[in-house]
Amino acid sequence: MLEIKNLQVKLEEEDKQILKGVDLAVGAGEVHAIMGPNGSGKSTLSYVLSGKDGYEVNGGSATLDGANLLEMEPEERAAAGLFLAFQYPVEIPGVGNMTFLRTAVNAQRKARGQEELSAAAFLKLIRARAKQLKIDAEMLKRPVNVGFSGGEKKRNEILQMAMLEPKMCVLDETDSGLDVDAMKLVAEGVNALRDGKRGFLVITHYQRLLDHIRPDVVHIMAAGRIVRTGGPELALEVEQNGYADILEEVA
Amino acid sequence: MAQARPGRAVDATRARLAPLKLPEGAAPLTAARQAALARLSDMGLPGRRDEYWRFTDPAILNAPEAPAAAVLETDEAPVFDAIDRLRLVFVDGVFDPAQSDDPALAGVEISRLAEVADDDIHWAHGLYGTLEARGQVPVARPFAALNTAFAGDGVLIRVTGRAARPVSLCYLHRDARSDIMLHHVVRVESGASLTLLENGPAAARQNKVLEVDIADGGAFHHVRAQGRDHERRAITHIFARLGTESLFKSFTLTVNGSLVRNEAVIELTGDNATAHIAGAAVGDGAFHQDDTVFVTHDALNCESRQVFKKVLRNGATGVFQGKILVKEGAQKTDGYQISQGLMLDGDSEFLAKPELEIYADDVACSHGSTTGAIDEEALFYLRSRGVALQDAQDMLVLAFLSEALDEVESEEIAGDLRARLEAWLERRRG
Repeated sequence: MLEIKNLQVKLEEEDKQILKGVDLAVGAGEVHAIMGPNGSGKSTLSYVLSGKDGYEVNGGSATLDGANLLEMEPEERAAAGLFLAFQYPVEIPGVGNMTFLRTAVNAQRKARGQEELSAAAFLKLIRARAKQLKIDAEMLKRPVNVGFSGGEKKRNEILQMAMLEPKMCVLDETDSGLDVDAMKLVAEGVNALRDGKRGFLVITHYQRLLDHIRPDVVHIMAAGRIVRTGGPELALEVEQNGYADILEEVA
Repeated sequence: MAQARPGRAVDATRARLAPLKLPEGAAPLTAARQAALARLSDMGLPGRRDEYWRFTDPAILNAPEAPAAAVLETDEAPVFDAIDRLRLVFVDGVFDPAQSDDPALAGVEISRLAEVADDDIHWAHGLYGTLEARGQVPVARPFAALNTAFAGDGVLIRVTGRAARPVSLCYLHRDARSDIMLHHVVRVESGASLTLLENGPAAARQNKVLEVDIADGGAFHHVRAQGRDHERRAITHIFARLGTESLFKSFTLTVNGSLVRNEAVIELTGDNATAHIAGAAVGDGAFHQDDTVFVTHDALNCESRQVFKKVLRNGATGVFQGKILVKEGAQKTDGYQISQGLMLDGDSEFLAKPELEIYADDVACSHGSTTGAIDEEALFYLRSRGVALQDAQDMLVLAFLSEALDEVESEEIAGDLRARLEAWLERRRG
């Protein structure tokens, strides 16, 4: 579903190559994890896939079900079924969470030629999804992420994911800043969306998230490349020995 | 105040006054008008060198004759049309009873300034020009004195109970050359309350004064919409005095206008009073909008808020000059002021002069002023969720204005104003 081939990316304003040829393919229904030390390019990969400004792709490709993601505007990527759960969800004062979600859901439906959801249908849907994530009505009314705790922000990301029903979910360090309980809640939310078709790319620094979201494939990224790929046992190896051994091995 | 003026300013003032003549009216009004004329002669008309006129050129307001302004033609329903209200209509600055509702509203006495006769013992006699005169210190407001002297029409509203409906002043502009002055006086008696609405293009050039005296426990809500006439030149003034436990809330929406200066002088004289003044302005191209606000705390435990937001593009200019003065003894004052400019391109300008002057030691006052573009992080976040670029931008513009718009208490009225802002943004799409 998601195919990344020899992707090379540099910063637009600096002569700094971040991704140096990333190859990755996530099939329908698969959960892939990317682990790696800080600065290895994990977050850059998530931003480039979702279309953030400031990066220049200078080689390779990224497609979603064959469609070239790199030529699309961010909103077109979203409508095509790509979703990024942000590492640092943005606070937007003055925009109500509910209004935001409804606008987003209907914008995507419209872009896909589907009928917009009525206010009542939307409300019913969001109430059910919010309940699963223990998000109360008050949080839905508040401005997007404003005054939310770290855990609330991440739960709000998963709520958006649940509402937008993307084909391919990229989770960028969704576990950062979460305590164990919050992480469980978030992982349950993600697992509830595993339906055998939807693809996941879970970017994380630590193994612990992967105890809750069991990956099919684990990739280790370092210095802008995938240096090792394996099964869930690879994450355990990192947990026990750190990245140093793997990095030495491939060096 | 009575500083010697340079000869040029004296000449300009003389030229401005030459075509004007004091309106006839009841003796107490005539006395107030003559006193105002004397004040004006002392201070003279403003120039660019005056401290509070550095950001706004008063030339077009000073000119003896107003340039013509095209009468706005639009199919859009006037703002507040759907609100249940008592309508009072002014055509080119003259009250038009034929187009107005019967001014009968329980708990509200409404009369016309032009009709206050010599032998009336009118409650407004003691008030007309009084708050304006108080508001001339420490900063001169020559156009307000000019207005008190020469305004021939306006409404005098005395509120003795809780008004069931808003009173709505609708200003129609029919004559491309109309040059008007209107002076309204509102007295809210103890425990009474009123909502006053104002809208409409009014004239080619307009000078307005609204004096509001709120007795203990009274409440006054004011919502004003200035728009969409592009060639509007307006100088407006609000002078408000607040008694104990009274409430004053004023919000102004400004859409378009080549020169608009809204001055507000608010004095909290009774303990535990609350004054909120807010404005949202959107301007494109030949737009110059100026909010000049002076809030004086002269009592215990009062709260004041100033919230001004301006969205500017295509060379538009926004000005904010806001002051909080906390007098000696005005302890437990809670003063807040925020002014922000959102630039939709690199050509526009937001000029801000926030001031705090505090002579009491147990107060909480804060102020902030920012100028910036649309937040790129927020824009990307919205787009990454599927919201199209233009929609995401408009959402963020409305979000930026919402802190000011939230000051409008009636959801129905706020909704009407929000729709005007959405329409303004919609018209600016490619």
